[in-house]
Amino acid sequence: MNDMTPTREQREAALEGMGCKRKRVEDVRFTQGKGQYVDDLKLPGMVFGDFVRSPYPHAKITKIDATEALKIPGVIAVLTAEDLKGVNLAWMPTLAGDVQMVLADGKVLYQNQEVAFVVAEDRYIADDAIQLVEVEYEELPVLVDPFKSMDPDAPVLRPDLEGKTEGAHGPRKHHNHIFNWEVGDEDETAKAFAEADVTINEMISYHRTHPSPLETCQCVASMDKVKGELTVWGTFQAPHVIRTVASLLSTIPEHKIHVIAPDIGGGFGNKVGAYPGYICSIVASIVTGVPVKWVEDRMENLSTTSFARDYHMTTEIAAKSDGTVTGLKVHVLADHGGFDACADPSKWPAGFFNIVTGSYDFPAAHLSVDGVYTNKAPGGVAYRCSFRVTEAAYCIERAMDILAQKLDMDPADLRMKNFVKADQFPYQSALGWEYDSGDYHTAMQKAMDTIGYRELRAEQKAKQEAFKRGETREIMGIGVSFFTEIVGAGPSKNCDILGVAMFDSAEIRVHPTGSVISRMGTKSQGQGHETTWAQIIATEIGIPAADIMVEEGNTDTAPYGLGTYGSRSTPVAGAAIALAARKIRNKAQMIAAHMLEVSEYDLEWDIDGFQVKGNPEARKSMKEIAWAAYHAPPPNMEPGLEAVSYYDPPNMTYPFGAYFCVMDIDVDTGVASTRRFYALDDCGTRINPMIIEGQVHGGLTEAFAIAMGQEIRYDEMGNVLGASFMDFFIPTAVETPHWETDHTVTPSPHHPIGAKGVGESPNVGGVPAFSNAVNDAFQFLGSTHIQMPHDSWRVWQAAKDLGAHG
Amino acid sequence: MSDIEQIPVTVTVNGKKVQRFVEARTLLIHFLREELNLTGPHIGCETSHCGACTVEMNGMSVKSCTLFAAQANGAELTTIEGMANPDGTLSALQEGFRQMHGLQCGFCTPGMITRAHTLLKENPNPTEEEIRMGIAGNLCRCTGYQNIVKAIQYAADQLNQPETQEAAE
Repeated sequence: MNDMTPTREQREAALEGMGCKRKRVEDVRFTQGKGQYVDDLKLPGMVFGDFVRSPYPHAKITKIDATEALKIPGVIAVLTAEDLKGVNLAWMPTLAGDVQMVLADGKVLYQNQEVAFVVAEDRYIADDAIQLVEVEYEELPVLVDPFKSMDPDAPVLRPDLEGKTEGAHGPRKHHNHIFNWEVGDEDETAKAFAEADVTINEMISYHRTHPSPLETCQCVASMDKVKGELTVWGTFQAPHVIRTVASLLSTIPEHKIHVIAPDIGGGFGNKVGAYPGYICSIVASIVTGVPVKWVEDRMENLSTTSFARDYHMTTEIAAKSDGTVTGLKVHVLADHGGFDACADPSKWPAGFFNIVTGSYDFPAAHLSVDGVYTNKAPGGVAYRCSFRVTEAAYCIERAMDILAQKLDMDPADLRMKNFVKADQFPYQSALGWEYDSGDYHTAMQKAMDTIGYRELRAEQKAKQEAFKRGETREIMGIGVSFFTEIVGAGPSKNCDILGVAMFDSAEIRVHPTGSVISRMGTKSQGQGHETTWAQIIATEIGIPAADIMVEEGNTDTAPYGLGTYGSRSTPVAGAAIALAARKIRNKAQMIAAHMLEVSEYDLEWDIDGFQVKGNPEARKSMKEIAWAAYHAPPPNMEPGLEAVSYYDPPNMTYPFGAYFCVMDIDVDTGVASTRRFYALDDCGTRINPMIIEGQVHGGLTEAFAIAMGQEIRYDEMGNVLGASFMDFFIPTAVETPHWETDHTVTPSPHHPIGAKGVGESPNVGGVPAFSNAVNDAFQFLGSTHIQMPHDSWRVWQAAKDLGAHG
Repeated sequence: MSDIEQIPVTVTVNGKKVQRFVEARTLLIHFLREELNLTGPHIGCETSHCGACTVEMNGMSVKSCTLFAAQANGAELTTIEGMANPDGTLSALQEGFRQMHGLQCGFCTPGMITRAHTLLKENPNPTEEEIRMGIAGNLCRCTGYQNIVKAIQYAADQLNQPETQEAAE
């Protein structure tokens, strides 16, 4: 070797592989305003579609008259449900087994529901025309409160389901009932409660909110009538599924539909489902023969496409007097709005809410979920969460605090006492999951030591005394949250979407010169896949990440995959990438053996090539091997160097973390200030620590928003409140706290690279940390549970109700 | 096309003078995006809350979703497309966002960088608090702002280095 020969460390660094804080390739275009988002697309002859929407939350439609609207120059068409019936698209199936109106068919079920679709030459003319479409409504009684939805005299919301006693998920017990879902052993759980020393019972609500990515939902549909081919560009987190659905609904053969998801401005679950805007644009393009663009405005986004949460969770824990938990019983009333459009895997009407035993070793548990219809927007999407995991985590983390209070135990100590122990993994939970790996005690202890937990408790106690003496008007809360997620949906044995198993895929092609194109079935919306996927490949096949191009979102070129949501990209597609790369490495080994004239068993892998065991001087780099694969492959071997992998995960992955929030609250103003927020995450193997940290910051900010004020509320008349950024809380840089991040690493034993996924952990674990901090602050004044969101007015109200205002 | 009257608008965008006829009601953001094909500035809310549409007009940050194109008549405008160095390399701010991981989905980024560009002219050496207050009109759903603050500090440090200043002079 001469001085110019790179060292092993240099060769490794040159790859920018796994574990490296690689700068993002996406940023070069995004920082220059050169991203290509849907609304940036301009096609010759393109026209615009926009909706006439209902001002009423529940009403019959007696007449729609578009005569005046159609007189405006530039207005091309006004579509109603009657028009859609001609192509059998007035209704569409939902992912949850229900059906949903595309355009109001005789009635509306929520405010701002889509009534007619105006197509015009530009968006201003479309807006003019909307004002002139005359719709006559006959108001119906409105059902807002989910707790009244199954009253005997509750209004019938869905006449189309009248008399149907069987729904997609079993029997319906009322005309507004959607499903009941039961898991666990009811008798064992009842026994635990009968024998308990201590029990708690609390109704814990997780209010309705919205993912609200900065880019709304939008699409361009273009029907080429000559070729009979449809192209749809859209904000799709799952483009392949959208194509399959579009094919099934339109009867256009799947190979003649091209679905393309370009750059996406955030998704957070909002862009998983199929919405009336997509269907109407497609129909309008088929009708008019020109491309049709549809772009939601913010109010439409917040009030119609995909709310999240709205779970009302009556939670009971049974425990021994020493704090050992013995049973968990949860009943959820799930408000699904006018249609059940939850974006869960098909067999899971309440998603993975049965992760509600959390990080604790409950010997017995029972869960029952009732879904009901109300006059609210449909949705129920996983807002930065894996299918109702965040509701489950909030439920159990709040309940553990309430139990600690009842036992007069420290909430961190109570958690430590009940954690699933490291030697219990793989762990079978009482509600049916097999947790893959974890080391909860180590993570919790590290977190407690880092933030100085005991000292904080001492300070809190002193402050409480000072408050009681009238020396301060400020109180202090310490929010403890230890969450276990379940992500990476999922194994085909229990996860599918409309019958398609939830695998994911990767295709990697090494070019003769040793550079790479790779394509996946996932679709980044800000997660940085173009950067991180290349890092996995770089480590696996020894080609620098800079020489690897990653492409997603074009259904014509990318292998079929189920898309990006539920933190599934790394657990599922990440595994497919590693396995496809290993196929390439296996072939490369045979080629290298041929080149070096040795047996392939005499070779060993070394960073970026193969070398002869015991003789590292005799080696072939991947670059040399790639050339040989196209130039002189071994006899009887196919030329080329590429591989595809479809990965059906054997299990979910179970990331976890310990979060602590220290909060100071002014009882006279209700202003709650986050003094410190510490987040320790364990997502297994870490692919790019910079990106992980960024995701944690973002998820925590969303958690902060949700816990402290972000809400889609309805008044008693069914008017949607909070449907603009004036009312819907999105934190600015001013109120967003400073985030401290930390980690432990417990790899997933079943994942090829041991990675678990992280994007949603901070939202899942963050919400209980904030809410527990507020609740913890007020505990010494006699409070047990204060419902979210904890905006200043409600915090002030809580202080008042507890007599803190004197 | 509609028969609504068209009025002339002349602006200088990123150093280039352009003239178009538009309807009086045309919003500046649509003028930039649809007429001039400058699709860097984005539409996130249409109510001036999110700042994705932020551009610089006569040295001030404005939200182009709530200004008419006609109101910009005669103005000097700078958008994200005019932000890179003359030689095409990333400006200190653009580089700062990349180095500090100040963006994820990239949708708020053009508005955020354009706002930060004006902020650093108003206050070349801002404290963290001043940065946070200075970008409070720009919402980001992905980053939690912490790395955006670092990105702007990175740019401020770069721009405040004596050699950089000399080179600029």
